Amino acid sequence: MSIKETTEFRKQVVEDVLEVYPEKARKNRRQHIAVKDEGCASCAVKSNSKTVPGLMTARGCAYAGAKGVVWGPVKDVVHISHGPVGCGYYSWGNRRNLAEGEIGVDNFVPFLFTSDFQESDIIYGGDKKLETIIQEAVDLFPNANGVSILSECPVGLIGDDIESVSRRMSEKLKLPVIPVRCEGFRGISQSLGHHIANDAIRDHLLGKGPAREVGKYDVGIIGDYNIGGDAWASKKILEEMGLNVVNIWTGDSTLEMLQNGHLVKLNLIHCYRSMNYIARHMEDTYGTPWMEFNFFGPTKIRESILKIAAQFDDYIMEKAQQVLAKYEPQMQKVIETYRPNLDGKSVMLYVGGLRPRHIVGAYEDLGMEVTGTGYEFAHSEDYEKTLPALKEGTLIYDDVTAFELEEFVMKLKPDLVGSGIKEKYVFEKMGLPFRQMHSWDYSGPYHGYEGFPIFARDMDMAINSPTWKSIKAPWAK
Amino acid sequence: MRQIAIYGKGGIGKSTTTQNTVVALAEMGRKVTIVGCDPKADSTRLILHSKAQTTVMDLARERGTVEDLELEDVLVEGYLGVRCAESGGPEPGVGCAGRGVITAINFLEENGAYTADTDYVFYDVLGDVVCGGFAMPIRENKAKEIYIVTSGEMMAMYAANNISRGILKYAQTGTVRLGGLICNSRQTDRESELIEALAKSLNTQMIHFMPRDNEVQRAEVRKQTVIEYNSTHKQADEYRALASKIENNTKMTIPTPLSMDELEALMMEFGIMEM
Repeated sequence: MSIKETTEFRKQVVEDVLEVYPEKARKNRRQHIAVKDEGCASCAVKSNSKTVPGLMTARGCAYAGAKGVVWGPVKDVVHISHGPVGCGYYSWGNRRNLAEGEIGVDNFVPFLFTSDFQESDIIYGGDKKLETIIQEAVDLFPNANGVSILSECPVGLIGDDIESVSRRMSEKLKLPVIPVRCEGFRGISQSLGHHIANDAIRDHLLGKGPAREVGKYDVGIIGDYNIGGDAWASKKILEEMGLNVVNIWTGDSTLEMLQNGHLVKLNLIHCYRSMNYIARHMEDTYGTPWMEFNFFGPTKIRESILKIAAQFDDYIMEKAQQVLAKYEPQMQKVIETYRPNLDGKSVMLYVGGLRPRHIVGAYEDLGMEVTGTGYEFAHSEDYEKTLPALKEGTLIYDDVTAFELEEFVMKLKPDLVGSGIKEKYVFEKMGLPFRQMHSWDYSGPYHGYEGFPIFARDMDMAINSPTWKSIKAPWAK
Repeated sequence: MRQIAIYGKGGIGKSTTTQNTVVALAEMGRKVTIVGCDPKADSTRLILHSKAQTTVMDLARERGTVEDLELEDVLVEGYLGVRCAESGGPEPGVGCAGRGVITAINFLEENGAYTADTDYVFYDVLGDVVCGGFAMPIRENKAKEIYIVTSGEMMAMYAANNISRGILKYAQTGTVRLGGLICNSRQTDRESELIEALAKSLNTQMIHFMPRDNEVQRAEVRKQTVIEYNSTHKQADEYRALASKIENNTKMTIPTPLSMDELEALMMEFGIMEM
């Protein structure tokens, strides 16, 4: 099919899939789905709006965004899930944000702390209980450098004053105790949770720590949660370029890094969606500049290395060239190994904050084509950033429903689907190769030069596994 | 068994009126239970002669959960065999008193507090219907009959109208009905006529005009109802009259709440509000 035919075919697919909806839902959903066509005449995608009731969404809530994404990876802080036990328990340990350190000494990431609200805590209020558990947590773990209070829904409903408890306990313990008002009913997706979490860092930590001298090559990585060691892989490149990575927000992060995030020459943002707020704040308040970068796949890594180096002096540029010279031949070998197995294969993605666009280049490096992509909780600027990365004819879906994604996949017939745990077994049971693109399926890192060979291997392993020869996709029957 | 909920503006005399009326019903040989739905837990003081009753929620808090309670811990018999329970709940400004009411009422029901020989259950509910918890007594299968205590004062009437709106919501989806307004007199001008007019606008009746009498206060400071304190006093007869009117009441209606404009017009008509 020509590009034009493909585009027309996919536009028709959208119409066919939406056909089953009642008119109002169809009208709503049509605005969230587009096919990139020539000149992008009709590829505006509506986003960041309420999910249609009755449709199955993969979105999370504000608590998920604040605890699961932003605060959870801060390793030397005790994070208290404040409310009934479920939110804490089911958000425990399911994000693969790795952290270095002695567990229970200077690393509390693998732990779960919850105030385990009971009926009487709802009726009488939970402030006294909160005070007690903050004290207990700090008594048990005297090395904790702070405590975050992540508010669950009922805490907001009954109006508990977690701010005053935090203030009081902070004075008493001489430790930052940070209230985060991330009640799950706030907002329409986890996106507001990121914002709330950013604001809590801004209000309670940023600029309030033991300040330090800013070295001329000091940089911070913002919005890398160290999934499967991603942040370490990115840090390695930056350090080989001669830069000094003093902060990572918030993968393998410490409280001190959050306090001093502005004390760098440049902040480098990977996940724009979850942390653009604080990056803008640091720029507006402290004049700390920021820029986006992308360390997925050698093409994007090259672009990003050069863009970053251009912000510094000749010394850094020279080192950057050395980094490229050192690693690109290695990456070429990776491509030579895997590209023959993957060339011409197609992939459909449905992920979160940055990957639906950032990872496109890495697939293209392997000769693969992204035929569909979408975000769970993006805002319009995310789609604006995404469109240039996509080929004509790419299907774009915002807050795609379980039904739509299944139908799109059945009609577009990709060779690989990349999404989350809830989607994984649905597609595998259809006989389709699948990779988890939130967690890297217990693998990773995928960032940087360290990550690309692993990424390439994993995609090859998924697509070319002999398993799939034993199962037929429904449409292949 | 008739389940009756008493609502009205805070401080209007709901608890006093309820307890005095309940004692009058008990005197008539009726078996009555009072459930106090107010964290202040003062709905049964005049029957039990003390305020020290263990409330459902306070005891649940002490023991861990409401499942750890026994009915006899929280349901106590007082004057003339009137059985008393208090939901209890938090001090003002913390937690969720509404949830406390829900939990307490569910506990009483599930544990058989309303025995077959019970003639009446009275729910004495805190102030306005501020949230779902305080509407609990008028939800399905609970109180089907509501009386609003009011007076000729503007804010009391305003509250009565607001409560009617709450009742309307549940009346449309269930079987709850308004039984009437009880005017607990504050000796304002043309009070009886005004409340009669308000009742008419709300599609209900003023079931009784309770005159103001200091004997009520004298009984109250002794933690007693008027009937117990001074059985032959004329005020005791007033409560007996109200009790018998409630017993014989058949006028159960769906209220027609007034708009603010209509309510103000009514008040102006009776000279409460100046133009």
